[in-house]
Amino acid sequence: MKPARLISWAAAAIAVAFLLAAPAFLRSYGIYLLALWAVTTIAALGLNLTLGYAGQISLAQGAFVGIGAYVVALMTGAGIPYFIAFVAAGLLTFCIGWCLGYPALRVQHHFLAFVTLAFTTLVFLLLRNEQWLTNGIYGINDIARPTIFGLDLMANGAFYYFALFMLGLFTFAQWWLLRSPWGRAFLALRENPLRAASLGIHVRRYTLMAFAIGSSFGGFAGALYAPLVQFIEPNSFQLTYSLKLLLMVLVGGAGYFVGPFFGAAIDLLLPEWLRFTQGYYLLIYSALVVVLMAVCPKGVVGLLSIAARRIGLSRAGRKAAPADADPLRAPH
Amino acid sequence: MTSLLQLIVSGLATGAIYALVAVGFSLLWQTSQTINFAQGEFVMVPAFFVLVAMQVFGLHFYAAALVGIGVAVFLLGFLFKRVIVDPMLKHGVLPLVVSTIALSLFMREAVKDFYSSQAQPFPSLVADGEITLLGTVFSTQSLVLLVVAVGVIAALGAFLQRTQLGRMMQATAQNPTVARIVGIDVDRMILYTFLINSVLCAIASILISPIYLAKFTNGETLGLTAFVAAIIGGFNQARGAMLGGLLLGLLDNLCAAYLSAQYRSAIPLLLLVVVILWRPQGLLGRVEERTV
Repeated sequence: MKPARLISWAAAAIAVAFLLAAPAFLRSYGIYLLALWAVTTIAALGLNLTLGYAGQISLAQGAFVGIGAYVVALMTGAGIPYFIAFVAAGLLTFCIGWCLGYPALRVQHHFLAFVTLAFTTLVFLLLRNEQWLTNGIYGINDIARPTIFGLDLMANGAFYYFALFMLGLFTFAQWWLLRSPWGRAFLALRENPLRAASLGIHVRRYTLMAFAIGSSFGGFAGALYAPLVQFIEPNSFQLTYSLKLLLMVLVGGAGYFVGPFFGAAIDLLLPEWLRFTQGYYLLIYSALVVVLMAVCPKGVVGLLSIAARRIGLSRAGRKAAPADADPLRAPH
Repeated sequence: MTSLLQLIVSGLATGAIYALVAVGFSLLWQTSQTINFAQGEFVMVPAFFVLVAMQVFGLHFYAAALVGIGVAVFLLGFLFKRVIVDPMLKHGVLPLVVSTIALSLFMREAVKDFYSSQAQPFPSLVADGEITLLGTVFSTQSLVLLVVAVGVIAALGAFLQRTQLGRMMQATAQNPTVARIVGIDVDRMILYTFLINSVLCAIASILISPIYLAKFTNGETLGLTAFVAAIIGGFNQARGAMLGGLLLGLLDNLCAAYLSAQYRSAIPLLLLVVVILWRPQGLLGRVEERTV
């Protein structure tokens, strides 16, 4: 085994051990934050599939999280078991993603970004204005945390392990997906759509598939978000949230499998670490993002792999990273 | 009772502002493939330059307005291009998109933290009054706004079409490689479009702030509307962006009055989706030829 590979496996093992042991030495708020991290990472994983692997800019991921959250809040509020609501949220967002992507993927790149941007704003308007269904700007309160297979998830710690388990499940699902012929097709599409088409890959169908699956990850994340936070309102799922998710994926490193984990962690933990700066946190964060993009557009993971290559840990590091050419460059 | 004519004029006045911002936006896209997600903040910020010039340095409003435009040209034109866009162009569109999103956040927070989170009153170009034309009462402000904005757009159009420099810039936008071959200093032309964009944004800022008041959140809707206008009209045509802007202002006003105030912001977006699906190049746009 190459040293770099060994180190990354060791790092992953340490991270998992830390996550499992965390509730033992963290206070309630810390546990809540980690649970939020797990949920957000699922949404970011989905966006990474759309953006990093299928190469489509989506600004709708926040809206899909919102849809998932509202579906679960409304269904469990009506007395339907959580498990069914959870599956429904994922299925519904998959279908909406498919229906949105079908016409939208006729146009690509920046146009898709704008169609999804419009979609996000429309979803927000619907959530805000259709009071009979969503309770408008007042949002939905007191969303119950579920009991699954006899396990009561009411406590922060219990829900944290549930969220972590789900994160593990979705991580595995994506890992499996990316190694399946489908995943290979996604990669081929990103690297060279024309060549992929010439090899018999149905470009539009596969892009659509990646988009719909990515969207359903958002829906599932929303289904976990609602019972975690126990209060949802339309404002949480505005365009800003979608932009934030996009920032997470890129700051972490789009197209790297572990990118979203880092991106979500940075986005959620940095405000806590920078608490001493008081109101200036966003100012500092945004400045850091600008600098990071200028120095290393492949994000934090890209930075790490470059660093690893520099100190000679992996000569084959190049193989693990996405191709050096930027797949998302302008179509000229 | 507001009459249709009043709604049309005030709609066109807002639309002309959108057009200014949208034209700048599409110029940046054409010459350097920069999708500027901070465009709305580029309109929000110059008003604060003007306010600072008036309050801190005690300048008269008109002098302060000139100073504001000057500062905007330097910061939002020159520095933006040199410090943020240039190092990232070679990495493609996406990192730059993210960078401008972060920049918009930065500008918003900077204004909030270092100036004020409250809406600031902003002096208008002319005293507020009313003019009666054809039996309808119009506010002087919206008429002046319309005249100035249309004048600026017409001047820009004339500059791009009639002067040699303008044509060189157009050539750069259409085909940088060939432009370079015929001896145009492409980098300089790109820099000029950034300067022009910052001037347009600053003018829009000075025109719109008396109406909306100067506030750090102003950029959000403005930036969004500018994108929508640019796409509806045609991303690769300055004319298209003008048309898109005017159309949106008009639609917005009429929809708010006759259809639904709650869903007024949905109308431009629906129009956007329809245009993208039916005519992705925009109403006036050309189909972009793509090389393999």
